[in-house]
Amino acid sequence: MTTQTLAGVSVERDAEGFLTDPSLWSEAMAVAIAAEEGIALTERHWEVVRFMRHAYETTGAGPNVRLLAKTSGVPVKELYALFPRGPAKTAAKIAGIPKPHGCI
Amino acid sequence: MDERIAKVSIVVSKGSLEGVYPALIMANGARAEGMEANLFFTFFGLDVINAKRIEHVKVAAVGNPGLHMASLLGVLPGMSAIATRMMERRMEENDIPGLPEFIELVADAGCGLYGCRASADMFGFTEADFVPQVKAIITVGEFYALSAGGQIIFT
Repeated sequence: MTTQTLAGVSVERDAEGFLTDPSLWSEAMAVAIAAEEGIALTERHWEVVRFMRHAYETTGAGPNVRLLAKTSGVPVKELYALFPRGPAKTAAKIAGIPKPHGCI
Repeated sequence: MDERIAKVSIVVSKGSLEGVYPALIMANGARAEGMEANLFFTFFGLDVINAKRIEHVKVAAVGNPGLHMASLLGVLPGMSAIATRMMERRMEENDIPGLPEFIELVADAGCGLYGCRASADMFGFTEADFVPQVKAIITVGEFYALSAGGQIIFT
């Protein structure tokens, strides 16, 4: 667990870099986290990030890759092109929500 | 020191449902974590990438204590099909994809799928017999070259 200042706000992050308190998240923070992952957010990235955020707010958890592709309409191949280090995991991190669970 | 695994190459040597799912789940999970992943299908594992057989991969009804039934029952005609249907229903309830969809999923996720040269020759298969997601039929030497710097898992 580390504490740091992201986009002007002091936040706590777990060992993998996920925010421990999703309510502190802002879009400016998303840009900063994406930059750490080597990603410059395009509109298509934002679509996925906002979708993750919305899924978390409505269901309490972000979806895994398969479910993300099914429900967001962004195909698996494109998800991996957008987020090469793992779409569900990376998009969740950028969206300030916990890491998605599940094996598939 | 960074001790995370960055790459896995998984050898699939079994042609039963219970033999192949763990490998697919591990390969898919590796990609989801941002790791590089390869699947190398050998021996009866080739059934999983065989376009004509992929829909007919079954649970082993004989010599499988995991089924929790008397061994003698396993030899009855249709027992393997029944066990497979039961397993597939459970998987569907748990939103685990069927084999053709799973192969498409891991391939779309960027996992490399390869057939084993020696096994393909032995069974008389060519690339035309395999699902389109298979990148190539490769030799064991090529497999090791492909796996360099990563972990190798045999299933």
